[in-house]
Amino acid sequence: MFGKLTLDAIPYHEPIVMVTLAAVLLGGLAMLAALTKFRLWGYLWKEWFTSVDHKKIGIMYIIVALVMLLRGFADALMMRLQQATAAADSAGYLPPHHFDQVFTAHGVIMIFFVAMPLITGLMNLVVPLQIGARDVAYPFLNSLSFWLFLSGVFLVMVSLFVGDFAATGWLAYPPLSGLDYSPTVGVDYYIWALQLSGLGTTLSGINFIVTIMKMRTPGMTLMKMPVFTWTALVTNILIVAAFPILTVTLALLTADRYLGMHFFTNDLGGNAMMYVNLIWIWGHPEVYILVLPCFGAYSEIVATFSKKPLFGYKSMVYATSAIGVLSFLVWLHHFFTMGSGANVNAFFGIMTMIISVPTGAKLFNWLFTMYRGRVEMTVPMLWTIGFMVTFVVGGVTGVLMAVPGADFVLHNSVFLIAHFHNVIIGGVVFGCLAAINYWFPKAFGFRLNEAWGKASFWCWLVGFYVAFVPLYILGLKGMTRRMNHYANPDWQPYLIVAAIGAAIIAAGIFCILVQFYVSVRDRKKLTDPSGDPWGGRTLEWSISSPAPFYNFATLPQVRELDQFWEDKQNGVAYVQPAKYEDIHMPRNTGVGVVMGAFGTVLGFALVWHIWWMAAIGLLGMIASFIVRAYDRDVDYWVPAAEVERIERSRHAQLKQFQTTQVAPVAAPQRQKVA
Amino acid sequence: MSSPAVSATHGALDGVSHGGDAHHHDDGSKTLLGFWIYLMSDCLIFSGLFATFAVLANATAGGPTGKELFELPYVLGETMLLLISSVTFGMAMLAMHAGKKNQLLAWLAVTFVFGAGFIGMEVHEFAKLIADGAGPSRSAFLSSYFTLVGTHGLHVTCGLIWLVVMMDQMRRYGLTDATRRRLSCLSLFWHFLDIVWICVFTFVYLRGAI
Amino acid sequence: MHALISRLRYAGVGAAVLLSGCNLEVLTPKGDVGSQEKSLILIALGLMAIVAIPVIAMTLWFPWRYRKANKNATYAPSWSHSTKIELVVWTIPAIIVAILAVITWTSSHALDPYKPLESEAKPVTVQVVSMDWKWLFVYPEYGVASVNELAFPVDRPVNFQITSDSVMNAFFIPQLGSQVYAMAGMETKLHLIAREPGAYDGLSTNFSGEGFSDMHFKAIATSEDGFKDWIAKAKATPTTLDADSYKTLAKPSEKAPVAYYGNVANGLFSSVLNQHMDGMSHDAAAHGEISMDMSHDAPEESMQMDMHEHQDGGAVSSNITPAKAEK
Repeated sequence: MFGKLTLDAIPYHEPIVMVTLAAVLLGGLAMLAALTKFRLWGYLWKEWFTSVDHKKIGIMYIIVALVMLLRGFADALMMRLQQATAAADSAGYLPPHHFDQVFTAHGVIMIFFVAMPLITGLMNLVVPLQIGARDVAYPFLNSLSFWLFLSGVFLVMVSLFVGDFAATGWLAYPPLSGLDYSPTVGVDYYIWALQLSGLGTTLSGINFIVTIMKMRTPGMTLMKMPVFTWTALVTNILIVAAFPILTVTLALLTADRYLGMHFFTNDLGGNAMMYVNLIWIWGHPEVYILVLPCFGAYSEIVATFSKKPLFGYKSMVYATSAIGVLSFLVWLHHFFTMGSGANVNAFFGIMTMIISVPTGAKLFNWLFTMYRGRVEMTVPMLWTIGFMVTFVVGGVTGVLMAVPGADFVLHNSVFLIAHFHNVIIGGVVFGCLAAINYWFPKAFGFRLNEAWGKASFWCWLVGFYVAFVPLYILGLKGMTRRMNHYANPDWQPYLIVAAIGAAIIAAGIFCILVQFYVSVRDRKKLTDPSGDPWGGRTLEWSISSPAPFYNFATLPQVRELDQFWEDKQNGVAYVQPAKYEDIHMPRNTGVGVVMGAFGTVLGFALVWHIWWMAAIGLLGMIASFIVRAYDRDVDYWVPAAEVERIERSRHAQLKQFQTTQVAPVAAPQRQKVA
Repeated sequence: MSSPAVSATHGALDGVSHGGDAHHHDDGSKTLLGFWIYLMSDCLIFSGLFATFAVLANATAGGPTGKELFELPYVLGETMLLLISSVTFGMAMLAMHAGKKNQLLAWLAVTFVFGAGFIGMEVHEFAKLIADGAGPSRSAFLSSYFTLVGTHGLHVTCGLIWLVVMMDQMRRYGLTDATRRRLSCLSLFWHFLDIVWICVFTFVYLRGAI
Repeated sequence: MHALISRLRYAGVGAAVLLSGCNLEVLTPKGDVGSQEKSLILIALGLMAIVAIPVIAMTLWFPWRYRKANKNATYAPSWSHSTKIELVVWTIPAIIVAILAVITWTSSHALDPYKPLESEAKPVTVQVVSMDWKWLFVYPEYGVASVNELAFPVDRPVNFQITSDSVMNAFFIPQLGSQVYAMAGMETKLHLIAREPGAYDGLSTNFSGEGFSDMHFKAIATSEDGFKDWIAKAKATPTTLDADSYKTLAKPSEKAPVAYYGNVANGLFSSVLNQHMDGMSHDAAAHGEISMDMSHDAPEESMQMDMHEHQDGGAVSSNITPAKAEK
C-alpha cells in the first residue's frame, strides 16, 4: 500500500535529526497558528500564492532562497564542526552516512535551492521593470515554475525527516548513485527534487527569453537594454540550452534505478563515464547561469553609485555573450584525471583559460566605471568591491586548475573546494546580497538599514577568508574533499581556523536577519517616497516604490541607454501623460499551486514506490493543466480611472518629497565634464 | 522524461500567453516564439538521448543486436503511419485557415487515428521485444534503444491527448484566436515529432539493421 | 621568454616561502612528476599575478581615490568609453592566456599520466584495484600482492595499471605527483617515480561511500635492497590471492589492516577488469571463447572508443588510447 515507506523510515536514532524535526514541527505549528489567528490565510492565498505578478513571484523566490540558505548553511556548520574535531583517532560527532548526506545536501541546496532561486527571483523582480514591461510573457507559467521549484524544496526538506537523502556528493556520480551502491531512497529524493525544480527552471528560461525578446518598451533596442537584462537574457539562453541535458541525465539515472536499465551500471555494458560527461555538460554552464546575472547586478550598482555610465557597455555585452558560448566548451576540465589523453585535456584547459579573458575585461570595465566617478560607499557598493577583490583570487586559482598538469595534483582536493566557494560566494552570494540591498526599495518601498548591512558585509568578507584560506593551504597539503575524519593531525589546526571562519559567516547571516528586522521596524524612517533612492539610471527607478502592480501607467519611450538618467538630466522625468488608458492584466490563478501540490505528491510517491499515489499525482497535474486550458477568464482590464487615481497619488507624494529636499535626489545637477 | 513535463510545457505556453501586455505586442508571435524555444529545448533532450544511444549502440553485452531484433518492414509501416498523420495534420491546418470547422475536426480525427495506430504498433513492438527476452534491462544498448524510442512515443502520446483536448475546444469554442494559436502550436509539435522520428528511423533502425 | 618564465618562477617561489611555515606536501615533491607539477603551478601563478595584483590594487585604490567626499578628484560624469583602455584590457589578459596556453599544451603532453617515464632503470609494474574501501596492489612480476601498503624502489619508474572493483575512486600519492581515476571495467594508467626514499601518504581522492575517509595507504619508496626485502616479506606470507580469497577481500570493509599475499593467481587483474563484462560486445564475442588475455584488451578498447565517440561532440579529435600504443 505504501511502497517502501514504513514507520522505520523516520530516523528516530539520529538525535540531531529528531531535534531538528521537533523544532520544525513546533515552529511550523506556531506559524500556522499565527496565520490562522491573524486571519492571514485568505490574504496569502489571494495576494501571494495565486499571484501571477512577477514582482511577487520574485519576492517569494527570494524568501524561499533565504530560508534554504539557513538550511544549507546549517549543513556547512555541521561539516566544519565535524572536520575540526575528527582528527587522528577521533571519529567526530557525525557518523559517515550522516556526514555524507550533509555534504550532499549542502551542495544540492546551495546550488539548486539557494543560488538558483535567488537568481530567478531577482530576474523576476527586475527584468520586466528594466525593460518597461507590465509582466512577463507567460504569467501563469511563471507561477507554475515557482510552485514546481517549491515542490523540489519540499522534497529535499522531507528527506531530512522521512527516509534519507543522497550520500553521493552533489552530482551523484554513478555507479555510487546506482541501486547497487545506494539502495536507499536518498538518491531518489535527489532525482525527483531536481527534476521538479529543473522543469520549473526550464520553463522560466523560456519565459524570460520571450519576455526580453518580445516585450521591451518602444525604442529599447537590444543595444539599449540595461546590462542586468542582457546578462539575464544570456543566462536564460544558457538555461534552455543546458537544463534539458540535466533532465536527460537524471532521467537515465532514474531508468537505471527504477527500471533496471544499464546506462551507468558496472555490468551489462553501462558506462559511468558518460554520466560524468553529461552531468558536466549541464554543470559547467550552470555556474555561468548563476554568476552572469550577478555580473549584471554589479554593473548596475557600480554605475549607479559611481554616478557615471557603465564603462564599455558594448564590450560588457560582448563579454557576456562570449562567456555564454564558451561555457559549453569547457566541461571536461572537471575530470582531467579520467585519462582522456593529452590533446583532449589541453584543449579543454585552454578553452577554460580563454573564458578568463572576457571575465577579466568585465573586471576592468567595473574598475574604469569607478575611475573619475563620485563613488558612494553604500552597502551594495561594498559588496561589489568585496566581490571584485575576492573574484580575482578565485579566478586565479580557477585558471591554475585549468592547467591539466596542475589539476593532476589539485583535483578533488580542498583547494578545489576553496576555489569554487571563492567564486560562488565571492561572485554569486555577494552579488545576490548586493542586488537585494540595491533593489529592495523597489520591491517594498523602503530601504534596508545601512549599519547592519555593512556589519553583515564585513562578517561575510572576513569570514570567507578565514574559512577558505586554510582550505587552500590544506589542499596544497594533500587533503582531499568529503572526508568524514582523517588520520593526519597536521590538518586539524587549519580546520579549526576554517570552522571559526564559518562562525564569522554565521554572524554575517545573523546580521542580515537583523537588518531585515530593523528595516521593517524602521520602515517609515527608511521610506523611499521618490522611487529613486540611489539616483538610478534605468527605467525601474522612474516608477514608484513599491512598483504599482501594472508597473508602468504609460509605456516609456526609450532613445538612449540609461534613458531615465537622461530624462532627469533634461528635467523631463516624471511627466504625467495627458490621458491614461485602460491596462490589460493577467488574472491570478491557483492552478500553479495545485499543480505544484500534485507534483509534490508525484515526487514523494515515486521516491517511495507508492505507485497508486504517483498515478494520482501525475493525473492530477495533467488534469489541472487541462482544466486551466478551458479557463477563458484569464485576464482583465484595469480602468483608466483607477490607473489615474494611483498615479495621481504617486505624483503628489513625489512632489511633496521633492519640495522637502534641498538638493533633490531625483534630479542631480548636471556637472561639467572635467 | 515524464509526460507531465511535456504536456505542461506546451499547454502552459499556449494557454496563458494572452495575459501579457496587449498594447504594443502581438500575442500570437509571443506564443509562437516561446513554443519554438520549447521545441529547441526538447530537441536537446532528444540530442542527449541520441548521443547516449550512439555511445551505447555496441554495448550489447552478449545480448541481441539491432540487426537481430529490428524488423524493418514493420518499422517502415509504423513510420508510414506517422508520416501520413503529419500530412493529415497539414490538411487540418489548411481547413483551419479556410475556416472550415467540420472539415478541420474530421482531419484532426483522422490524424488521431493514425497517431494512435503508430503508438499501438510501437507498444506491440516493445511487448514483443520484452517477451523475447530483449527488454530494456538486457543490455546498455537495449536500455538506450527503449529510452530513446520510448521518449518519442511518450511525446506522441502527449500529442494525442492534446489533440483530443483541441478537438473538444474547437467543437466548443470554434475557431477563435486562442484555439487557432493552440492548434498552430500543436501542429508544430506534431511535425517536430515527425522529424525526430525520421532521425530515429535512420539512426536507430536503418543503421542498426545494416 | 625562458628568462621571463624562470623569473616568474622565482616570484612564485617567493610566495611559496611565505607559506613555508607550514609543510605543503604537494609543493615539496619527492619525484620527477611532482616536481614538474610544482614548477607548473608556480609559473602559472606567477604569470597570472601580472594581471591579478594590479587589478586588486586598482580595485582598492579607485573607490578610495574617487570617493564621494574627495572633491579634489576629477569627476567625469559622462565618460564611459576609451578605445585605448579597452584595447589594453582585452589584449594583456589575452597575451597572458596565450602564453599559458602554450605552457598548457606542452605540459599536458609532458605530464600525460599515460606516458611512460624515460629512464634507464627497469620499471616496476603495479596493478592497483580500488575496493570498498581499501586498496589492493598486485605485483605481477613478483607474484605477490598487498593491501593498503605499496612499496617500490627509488629511482625506478613505477607503471601503475589502475581499475576499480566497484565504484569510482582516484589513486593519488600527493608527494609523487599526478592522480588518476580508478573505474570499474576500465583500465587507467599512471607513471610515477620517486627520487627520495620515504613513506608517503597515499589516498583516494574521489568520494566512494561510507568507508572513503579511511581509504589511505602508505607508499614506501625504498632502496633496491629494501624493496627486495619487502617483496620477500610479502612472498613469505602464506596467503594466496585467488578468485575465492579475492571475493572475500572485495567485501566492503573499513579501515582494512595492511596485509600481504605471498601468491597471486595469474591474470587476477584481468579478471577483475573483466568481471562486469559478462557479455562482450557482440562482435568481440563472435571471435569465439574469450581468452584471459584478450578479455583484458577488449573491454578497454570498447570503453575507450565509447568515450572517444562521446567527446567528438565537443569537436575534439581525441587521443584516448595511449594504453594501446604501449602494447
